[in-house]
Amino acid sequence: MMNNISTTMTTTPTKAPAMNEPKISARNVQVYYGEKHAIKDVNIDIRPRSVTAFIGPSGCGKSTFLRCINRMNDTIANCRVEGNISIDSENIYDPKVDPVQLRAKVGMVFQKPNPFPKSIYENVAYGPRIHGLARKKSELDDIVSSALQKAGLWGEVKDRLDSPGTGLSGGQQQRLCIARAVAVSPEVILMDEPCSALDPIATAKVEELIHELRENFTIVIVTHSMQQAARVSQRTAMFHLGNLVEENDTDKMFTNPDDQRTQDYIMGRFG
Amino acid sequence: MTDVTVFGNPAVPTKGKSLLALDERTRRRNNAEARFRLMGKIAVAIGIVALIGLLLSILSNGLSSFQQTYITLNVNLDAAVLDKAGDRKPENIAKVSTFGYAPLIEKALRDAMAQKGIAVDGMNAKAAAELISKEAPADLRRFVLADPSVIGQTHSFDLLAAGRIDGYYKGRVTMESAKLDRNTSPEQLMLADKLKEAGILTTRFNWSFFTAPDASDTRPEAAGLGIAVIGSAYMMLIVFVLSLPIGVAASIYLEEFAPQNRFTDLIEVNISNLAAVPSIVFGILGLAVLINFFGLPQSAPVVGGLVLTLMTLPTIIIATRAALKAVPPSIRDAALGVGASKMQSIFHHVLPLAMPGILTGTIIGLARALGETAPLLLIGMVAFVREYPAGPPDGFFDPASALPVQVYNWTQRGDPAFVERASGAIIVLLVFLILMNLVAIILRRRFERRW
Repeated sequence: MMNNISTTMTTTPTKAPAMNEPKISARNVQVYYGEKHAIKDVNIDIRPRSVTAFIGPSGCGKSTFLRCINRMNDTIANCRVEGNISIDSENIYDPKVDPVQLRAKVGMVFQKPNPFPKSIYENVAYGPRIHGLARKKSELDDIVSSALQKAGLWGEVKDRLDSPGTGLSGGQQQRLCIARAVAVSPEVILMDEPCSALDPIATAKVEELIHELRENFTIVIVTHSMQQAARVSQRTAMFHLGNLVEENDTDKMFTNPDDQRTQDYIMGRFG
Repeated sequence: MTDVTVFGNPAVPTKGKSLLALDERTRRRNNAEARFRLMGKIAVAIGIVALIGLLLSILSNGLSSFQQTYITLNVNLDAAVLDKAGDRKPENIAKVSTFGYAPLIEKALRDAMAQKGIAVDGMNAKAAAELISKEAPADLRRFVLADPSVIGQTHSFDLLAAGRIDGYYKGRVTMESAKLDRNTSPEQLMLADKLKEAGILTTRFNWSFFTAPDASDTRPEAAGLGIAVIGSAYMMLIVFVLSLPIGVAASIYLEEFAPQNRFTDLIEVNISNLAAVPSIVFGILGLAVLINFFGLPQSAPVVGGLVLTLMTLPTIIIATRAALKAVPPSIRDAALGVGASKMQSIFHHVLPLAMPGILTGTIIGLARALGETAPLLLIGMVAFVREYPAGPPDGFFDPASALPVQVYNWTQRGDPAFVERASGAIIVLLVFLILMNLVAIILRRRFERRW
């Protein structure tokens, strides 16, 4: 078990695809909320061990698309997804795929920090526990401390692991949520506007953290802040009205985008 | 009430106006608010006055039922009367009816009066013996049957005083009313006063009110809530054990798992309607289905419990669904996000957070069931029951009464002493309800403390 964790958390030379092979690839993805066509024919490849940012005006479908990657949209009653999204060349919408198993592989951090109303320790230990990642208490302790270290929270909370997670500050709560996601040792971490409820100092810490996590995880982040996208991501995808307008290297995207709409949005002409 | 827009009133430029002068519009708004506050205060005051009035009337009528007048006598359990054969065989002793015991008590009273030199003019021994409850010989007989070895000994007994004598010390019976009452006479009351002076007649706390079974119309002084308390407790146990798991399981399924379609909508509407169905309808259901069709016994707590379970379920389901709905969706997302299954997310995270609401709803439902009378009348719980039901679970099938039914039953009786008993039973019922609400509050606090 322990080996399993360390291999997935560090490099896995046999399994990890080469840098040019996409970790996640979406083909002709359509999402409908009842009658509403929310995502229109999106094709995108997301590279492993990199940060990809989704930007675009409100309601453009970037969060919807993000939630397709770990099938969180399954929980919405009238939501329908068509097309093909594959992770490591396996279609996650295959009927044989259990979304619960998928979500252990694709973790998620939400817009508003949502720690469980339990202790800090329990927040992080919950995922490993339900997935049976630790056989002994000491193994679980190791996973918790390593996850909290990865989330840069260990130093702040190591003396009060038993105090409630909801008692932390907003920024700490969000890093706790990141630790919770990391503890399951996923391969992909989805972040849905993780800093929108945080102050600039907490935001800076989370961004720094994203930077470090990139070494081990494939990260997809939805953000409203263009500066944030520019700071943390290597690739940026621009959504507009359910369409993927442009997907490019972040540097190019913010200096010389191919599409006029991207240019307009980045310059603040709409959105 | 709150005027949002006023037409035909052109916007008044506020520029240049003093803030110290109240303008017309602000004044009207402030007046409206003051009027509303006053009405609110009046409404609250009416409620408080009604509550205090209710409590005062019940307490003034019922508190006296917690006191009881006893006559303490040394009774010689004469072997010549109680065991003529002299072999102490229980079957022979049981042949002596309460009529055999009455003379022993009469004699004991006569002896006590002679010893203390108490006498009232124009009063025969029979009239004097009427001071003692008709229940007293029966109590004596039970005492002897329980332990035949006491025969031949002299024991001191606290015998119940007759209902009228008890009423005299509670202000219900006066010398004037006794003159008109063929059940008692002023002479008897005078004798009672003398016995009290001599310390033979005493008034003290009435434990038997909580433990004794019901008694017949002529013996209000012996009537107690024992069987009603047991019956109610059994029914509450059944209601709790059945309705909490069924109600919570149904709510979780409906709220979290059931597909949203017309059928679930129909079920939802029907559950809400069930909550509004008059309780007597559930009684008819219990009578027709549980007693007539399934052949369950009448007057049994099991039938009452099942009927009250049906009645309580909608309340619990509605409360539980509201509590589940109130749990923020972000908690579900968080659990699903780390790969918990739907059931894990509900049982590990949603349900604990909804627990205070669920428990409050359950206890409110239980409290309603505890006070419910109408359906129990139909399934025969008004029966006059003197035998204590057995311990659970066998006792669930024995005849029993219930607290609210006992109240109803006693108010139907002729003797005014039963009015006092009924009010006393209401006080007991209210105390139980307050205790249940306290438990609800405590549980709520405890679960909520887990942030």
